[in-house]
Order: sequence, then C-alpha cells, then structure tokens
Amino acid sequence: MSDTSTAGTGQFPSTAEVVVIGAGIVGNCLSGHLAEMGWTDIVLIDKGPLPNPGGSTGHASNFIFPVDHNKEMAFLTLESQRQYDALGLNTTCGGIEVARTPERMQELQRRMTSAKAWGIEAELLTPAQIKEKVPFINADILLGGFYTPSVSVVDSLETGTVMRRRAQEAGALQVFANTEVTALEVVDGAIAAVVTNRGPIECTHVAIACGVWSPRLAAMADATIPLTPAVHQMADVGPIDILQQTGKEVAFPIVRDMDTFCYERQSAGSMEVGSYAHRPIFHRPDDIPSNDEAALSPTEMPFTQDDFDPQLEQALELMGEILDDAEIRYAINGLLSLTPDAMPVLGETEVRNLWSAAAVWVKEGPGIAKLVAEWMTYGYPHLCDPEGSDINRLYPHERTWDHIEARCAEHFNKTYGIVHPREQWGSRRLQFTSPFYEREQALGAEFFEARGWERPQWYNHNAPLVERYGVPDRPAEWDRRWWSPIQVAEHLALREHVGMVDLSAFQIFDLEGPGALDLVQRLAVNQCDVAVGRGVYTPFLTPGGGFHSDLTILRLGDELFRVITGAFDGARDQAWIRRQMPASGVSFVDRSRELCTIGVWGPNAAAVVGSLTSADLSQSAFPYGTVQRQTVAGVEATLYRISYVGDAGWEITTSWADGPALWDALWAAGQPHGIVPVGIGVYGLSGRLEKGYRLMGAELESEYNPVEAGLDRPRVKAADFIGKEAYVAARAEEPAARLCTLVVDDNHDSAGQPRYMTGGNEPILTLGGDRIVDRKGRVSRVTTAGPAPSLGQYLLMAYLPPEHAVEGTKLQVMYFNELFPVTVARVGSTPLLDPDDSRMKA
Amino acid sequence: MRIAVCVKRVPAPGARINVTADGRAVDAAHLGFTTSPHEECAVEEAVRLVEAHGGSVTVLTVGPPAAEEQLRYAASVGATDLVLVPVADDGAAWDPQRTAAVLAEALVGLEAGGGTPFDLILFGNESADSGGFQVGVRTARALGRPIVNGIKAIEVSADGGSLVAQRGVDDGLEAYELPLPAVLGVKEGINLPRYPTMKGRLASKKVALATMALDARAGGQRSVRLHRPEEEASTTEILGHGPEAAAAVVDLLSELGLLSEAGQ
Repeated sequence: MSDTSTAGTGQFPSTAEVVVIGAGIVGNCLSGHLAEMGWTDIVLIDKGPLPNPGGSTGHASNFIFPVDHNKEMAFLTLESQRQYDALGLNTTCGGIEVARTPERMQELQRRMTSAKAWGIEAELLTPAQIKEKVPFINADILLGGFYTPSVSVVDSLETGTVMRRRAQEAGALQVFANTEVTALEVVDGAIAAVVTNRGPIECTHVAIACGVWSPRLAAMADATIPLTPAVHQMADVGPIDILQQTGKEVAFPIVRDMDTFCYERQSAGSMEVGSYAHRPIFHRPDDIPSNDEAALSPTEMPFTQDDFDPQLEQALELMGEILDDAEIRYAINGLLSLTPDAMPVLGETEVRNLWSAAAVWVKEGPGIAKLVAEWMTYGYPHLCDPEGSDINRLYPHERTWDHIEARCAEHFNKTYGIVHPREQWGSRRLQFTSPFYEREQALGAEFFEARGWERPQWYNHNAPLVERYGVPDRPAEWDRRWWSPIQVAEHLALREHVGMVDLSAFQIFDLEGPGALDLVQRLAVNQCDVAVGRGVYTPFLTPGGGFHSDLTILRLGDELFRVITGAFDGARDQAWIRRQMPASGVSFVDRSRELCTIGVWGPNAAAVVGSLTSADLSQSAFPYGTVQRQTVAGVEATLYRISYVGDAGWEITTSWADGPALWDALWAAGQPHGIVPVGIGVYGLSGRLEKGYRLMGAELESEYNPVEAGLDRPRVKAADFIGKEAYVAARAEEPAARLCTLVVDDNHDSAGQPRYMTGGNEPILTLGGDRIVDRKGRVSRVTTAGPAPSLGQYLLMAYLPPEHAVEGTKLQVMYFNELFPVTVARVGSTPLLDPDDSRMKA
Repeated sequence: MRIAVCVKRVPAPGARINVTADGRAVDAAHLGFTTSPHEECAVEEAVRLVEAHGGSVTVLTVGPPAAEEQLRYAASVGATDLVLVPVADDGAAWDPQRTAAVLAEALVGLEAGGGTPFDLILFGNESADSGGFQVGVRTARALGRPIVNGIKAIEVSADGGSLVAQRGVDDGLEAYELPLPAVLGVKEGINLPRYPTMKGRLASKKVALATMALDARAGGQRSVRLHRPEEEASTTEILGHGPEAAAAVVDLLSELGLLSEAGQ
C-alpha cells in the first residue's frame, strides 16, 4: 500500500543542510531543536508512514520514572519530562517501585538517595500505604515501595508531530515519509549525500535517528553504530472494571515489580504488563521485517508466549484480583535498542558530519535530541556532560556483534536489577591482558576490566599484609562488595616501602611530524612547547571550556609528542585528536598494544630502579616531570618521573616483548626493599585521593572548567587552543563551585555500623538537610569516595559553591538514605597528604 | 456432549507472506503463527456448547511439533483435551486426502479410547493458508457421517440427539437438521471468539497433550510451486482540506450507503 497522503507535499529536494533519518521520538525532536538553534534547511525522512513509521516509538509504553543512579541519564530524563510537560503532553500519575526482598528494600534506600541528589520528590511506602494508592495490589507479598509522585506517561507520537510541525511552520523543515535510504555517500571522510528511493539529497550533515535500524544506516557509510535490536515483551490485558471506571488513560500509579523485572501500567481500561525478565532475544537490523511484511509494525514482532509465562504468574501473584480474568488482547515482542554498556550512542561517527542519535528510549528522547542538536550546532553539548553516551567511548572491539550481543545478554536482565557501582562484567573478559598477566595471576591478582583491558585491582598475594597493618574489614556487605581490605594494605606497603603497578592499559598515541607541535598546542590547555624530555599534564577543553580530556603529553623529540591517557578514555581521546588532525604534517600511531608500563613508587623506588640502571636518578639529574630513555636491567625503556599516587618513582615503559624481563628484574631487585605488587585500587583511588588528584569522568567533565577543578595554571599560554576564550573568561570570574576534599567525621549509621560511601553521586547536604546547588544549577554530589589509609580518614570529593567551599565547613553526606557528618578539609587541589609534595621529590 | 475440533497452524494474517527463493515453501522468518480464523470460531463454538450442555472439547491437529502452541491456545480458551499428530517434515506432500485420512484414523482411535463417539466434530470452513475446502468433507465421508459447511449458527436439540445448523446463502438462510453424531464446517461470524485470560493461559500449560503417531499416503495432489500474487495497488484521493472537504466526505459516505436518511 502506498500512502501518499503522509509524504511531503513539496517537491523532493536535491540539496539540504542536514538530513535527519528517522521520524521517531528522537528524529522528530532533533529536527525541532535544530530548527530552534537556527538551522534553516532541514530534511526529515522516514521509510514508514507518519505519524507512526513503525519504529520503537510506536509501541513504547511511554512512561517516565525519573530517578536514576546515573547522573547523565537522570538529567536527560528530567529534561525530557520538562519538554513533554511544556508541550502539554505529560500526564502525571505517580509510580511505585515495589520490593519483595530485603535486598530490594536496601536498594530503595539507595533510590531515595539518588532522588535527593537530583531533587526529585520521593518517599518510601509501607505495604499498607502502597495498598492505599493501588487498591488491587497484593500487599501481603511486599516489603515496601519507593514512590515517586512525578512519574508520568507521555504522548511520544504527538510530541513528535508537534516538534515537526513547529519546524515546518518556521520554514526550516521539510518532511518526507515513505522514503527509504538506499545509500550514503562519503567524500574525503565526510558525509556528502543521502540517496533515497525518491532521489539523492546532497547535504553537509546527516543524523541517523533510526533506532533499531541505525547500524544498517551507518554501515552504508562504512561507519558503525553499535547496538542490537532486542525484544521487550509486553502484553495488554483487559478489560478491567476498576481501570475503566477511572475514565482516564492513566489514573493509578504505575507499578514496577522490581524483583520480577516487570511493570504494570494502566492503559485506559486495561493493564500493560511489560517484562525485562525473559531470556535475551536479539535480532539483527537486516532481519527486521519491512512495514509490509509485518503483521503489526516492524518492531512489534510475533509474541513468544512461552517466554512470558513466568511473568504472567508473577503478575497474577501481585495483581491477581484484577488480572485473573483479564483477557490477553494484544501482546508483542517489541523491539528496542540495547548497547554493550546500556548507554545511548550519541555524537559524530567515524565519518565527519555523520551523527548518531541512537539507542534512545522515549523517556530520554527529547532531552537527548536537544543535546545532540547542541553538539551539532556548537561543537559540544551545553545541557550536560555526554561522556557516558558519547559514541566515541566505544573501541573497535566493543563494536563487534559478538561483543554487543554478549554484553547486552548480560545486562538485559539488569534493567531493573540492583547494580553495584563497582560491578564487573562476567562476559567477554580477557580481551586484552598485559605482558605481565601470567605473573599477576601467579600473585593472585583480582582483575577488574577497563573497557576490555584487564587490570589487577588487588593481589591476594598481599593478604598477609592485612593483618600486619591491622586493616579492618567492612561489615556492610554492600560496602565490601567488589572490594578487599588488601587494597588498603597495599597502599600502606607502598607508602612504607615500594610498590609496582601494572599500567599497561594506558592508551599511548605518538603524534609525529612538522605539524605535531601545532596540533598538541591546539588541543591542550597547558604549554606543550617545552624542552624535549618534559612531560605536560594537561586538560583538553570543549569549545565551552569544560573538560573533554585529562591526560599527559611527553615531548620525546622536536616533532614527536606522546599522548598517554587512561583505558576508559582512550577511544574518546583518540577520536577527539583525530578530528583536529591536519590533512598532512602529523602522523598518528596508536602504540597502546606495543608498549607496556610499570609504575614503581615508594620511598624505596629509587633504590630499586637505581640497582638496575647506570643512569643518575638524582633529583638534579632527573627532575620531577621529566622523561629519559635509559637501559633498565638490560632493557631499553622510557622512564617518566611522575606520580599519581603521591610517592617518588617512575612510570617505566618498554616494548611488549621486553616487558616480562623488566617485570622480573624489578621484582627481584625489589625483594630486599620490601616491594609489593600494587593494584589499581591504590593507583586509581586511595593513592590519588590522598593527593587530591582528579580523575576524568569523576571530577573532570564538561560541566566543570579547570578553574573550578583547581587545575588552572598561573599563566595562559599565548598559543590558541580549543576552549581558550571560555577558559580565559572563567579565570576572570568567581568560580560558581570549587572542587573540595571532605572528610567523613563519623561513618557510623543509625545501627552503629560503619559505612563506606562508594562515590555513586551521593548528595552533599547542608546541616539542615538541604541540597546544595550552585549558581549554574549544578548540584553538589560525591564524585569520588575512598579511604585515605595514610591519614586514617575516609575522604570524599565534591564541587561546592563558594559559600560552602570554606575549609572547616560542616556539612552532611547522604548514603543509603542516612546522613553522615562531613567537614570540608581542603578547597582546591592542595593535597591532604604531603601538601608540599616532599615525598614525591625525595 | 463430546466434541472434537480439528485445527491447523497457519501464518498469522496481516503480514505480507513471502515465498522462499526456490518457491517451495513459505518464508517463515518474520511470521507469527496462529490458528485458522474459522477454526478459532469452531473452538469457541465447541466451548460454548459444552458450557451450555456439559461435556468435553478435544482439539486435534495434524502439524509440526510447534503446533503445540495452537493447541495450548485452544486450552487457554476452554478446550479440555489436546491431541497432536505430528507430521514428519519429510518433504512428502501433505494433500487434503492424506490429512483427512490421518484425521479420520485419529478420530476413530480417540473414540475407541474414549468409549463413545464424538457427538459433534467441528472443522473450520477452510484453512487460512491453503484453503482447499476439502479436509472436513473428506474426513466426514471417511467416518460415514453427515457434514454441512459454511455454518453460522448451531442449536442442539433438548434431548441431545440432533442439531439444527444454519448457513447463509445469497437470499437468506438455509437450516439443516442433522442427527448426531455429525460433522460441521463453521465460518467466521458464528461467534466472537474470546481472548485467553491470564489465568486460562497458565492453566492451559497443565492440560495434558496426547501425541498420536499416524501416517497415510498422499492422494496424489502435490504442490509444484508457490508464488505471491501481485498486490493490488491502492491509491489515496484527497477529498479536500479543512471544512471545505465536508461536502465531498458526505457525498462519498452516502455513495457507499453508510448514511441513514435524515429523520429516520
């Protein structure tokens, strides 16, 4: 059937400024936001008819639970809810997450904490209180509930229609339904045209907002959008008298039956029962039927009843009173998009000006559309930091079907799960191990994964040190999970003697050529035109002056610069650097898999390393922050005198092949000096925290600038760099917030049990229990939490506005819905341990 | 009453049905499966008769193992006994004669096992996929029982010894009185089949499913090739925009006979 009535009425265009592909919630809102931001020649196309072209938006349950532990998702969801509300298409009904188990009750306390952090009204309900709000629920099987009054149902199809209409009325948008993309043309690495069954459109920008079909579209340009179409089962059951009598689309609170991974949502006279509990069921984009081939719509696939039966039983247990005799009238295997780490995939793809706005659900659609429109318009989003959603976070190995399906299979049933902030993946491990892996295994290393790279978090070999240093265990299971007292013992041993840390997950990029200096100068805030042999610790900024990256650049030659960054950031940083590469004059070589690094730090580090080299390691011959090529134990190595843990020592880098020999030599030479293998638990947390060192993705993000983070330098370099204007402006004004280190004064909860915050966005509150929000609207929350074993304290980092960023100020932190007293111990970057850095320069 | 209903697993309607590249089979990649709509009505009618007169409803299919899905569905709306005669997916033709022969044998076996004949055996008027209109008639003949097709109403006599079945013809209704046991082919419209309830669905999983291994020879009819007919292209005519379109809409509705005269 051809439906010409919904196709564009105008002539099909041959050119456009931007083509948006996909008229679901994201494509529609993206078109609308682009128009509002001044784009005047937008073409929106979809292969299906309007208003429901057959994608996931068309069968969405359309409800929004705003509380999320993840800051980015919570923010984008709240922003979306605001947009739906502004259009009058947001119906507030309230929602209750009910608990059947003690573990879930504990999780609901954590939900309360996140609700507080994001300023969302919420309360805990007793089973009787749940029954008052939802009279047909079986409260006998419940322990309690988490009630959010602002939970709502939105009209995503009408929102899309309104957003389109506005842009059309402004003369900025043409819409063409029933128009299928057959090819994407790329010229010199940039998108050049969209070819459709109605003709080609030459354009400078393209946004793929095709939901489950996005990978197929990206592939037309040899780009990748890593997601899989996945089934979410949903059944509509009714009619149900008590629901019909309300005469409303939704009158009763939506119930999320968290422990069974199901929800029950009123839909007029019937109840929608949805499930995230069934086996993971994935399809490939090419296997999704066309509109004609689909009985309902392409993303409403035939229901596989057997998969749903266990959920039926659980739903009857919860709401048998109304569901027993309700008829199953409509049931689908609805398709939605999943990514390997459960976050959206947004931003520019491998192809310049080819954008991805995919793996987005209705609850966050309008907010993400605005974020992507900002990104396309201003070079980086203003709404919030997009690090977790940036498509460039994903390495090539994370974009394979094997990886996508394995990880999605693992996290699908955690959609309503209780996920610990430190939780590790079980699938697709051991993708990248260092040359020291077997040695580390022999030492009982506990491996944590960093985007595919295996890093020892602690070594069970060091278990005897726990007793020696008298490290207490943590009584609360949650605080102990994915943690070991050995981490603290390793920390103390490093501070007392010396430790060796495997840093081979470092991402190392060599930039070489006559244009290399100009390139790094353009990227970096800090002066990179330094003497050969100097290292520069520097941020890269966004155009708006926030942090994009935080890394180290070594000048190894006049025209050779080595960029060293962390495994979590390597893919993003690489994409950012490559975007700025000139057409010629600089080569980019990724040496991450050729070079391995061991950090050797502690009071005895110089003695250990010195015993293996003839080089003069004295401070005068080898000052802090410098690099030398030396022979260590007969191995050619690059030594960088730096420390992220606060004790003297070197990062020693050598070839993959020579790595084991270097490890063995250091290990043997270290024995008389008390050397211990030390995990990332010290390197990435306790060591840096005592020294006030910041971490990308925790303290450092695009919403904050170097002045606020305490990383501004006395002078601004003359050379131009990305974000310079904003950086200069930030230096001239009173910062809206400053990064502070806080000490937990008493960590005992109401039951007298010591607690240890995980650093999962716990809100910092005034003594009166109020949230702290700075003049830019940013909330004060814990960015990192961890032990300071050498100080005997438990520390938190948080940005505080000037009135609270005063040393000695008493505040509170909320953790599992309880309040703990804290004191601002440090404002700015001066460390609590060894404030004059004498240990590092020893 | 003891009633048997014969059903067939068929691709769910609504989707475009593709044929495999070699033209030998339906491409099931995107398809859901269901019970032929006439047969869904037959199951519903049987359940209603048993609700009114007491008894049991046996649902029988000759099909692949996956046809258990259709049997369970029948149980979820009230069928009491389920029987699957599995067809080997051996590529050999399953024509109406072979299907009817197997069904007749199965029914005879079930009657022998149950001690009494089925008072009534229901078929759908025709299957939704192959639409041969033959299996019911052939089965009835093999069993030596009367059959009427196209049935839109069934009334069982007070003594349970006979029934009156009606079907529509061009200028009215035909009513047939049949002694029991008898066979009927029912048509969509005889009733509005119920949906399964959640409780019914769960209960259906506990209904025993009997399997009978039977076979018969094909009658000589074989499928040569499948092809999909050209779709009729539909066009959309825009009658007008805004209030000005009202007159044209009224004209069209009246042309289609959808408007009642004013004052009536």
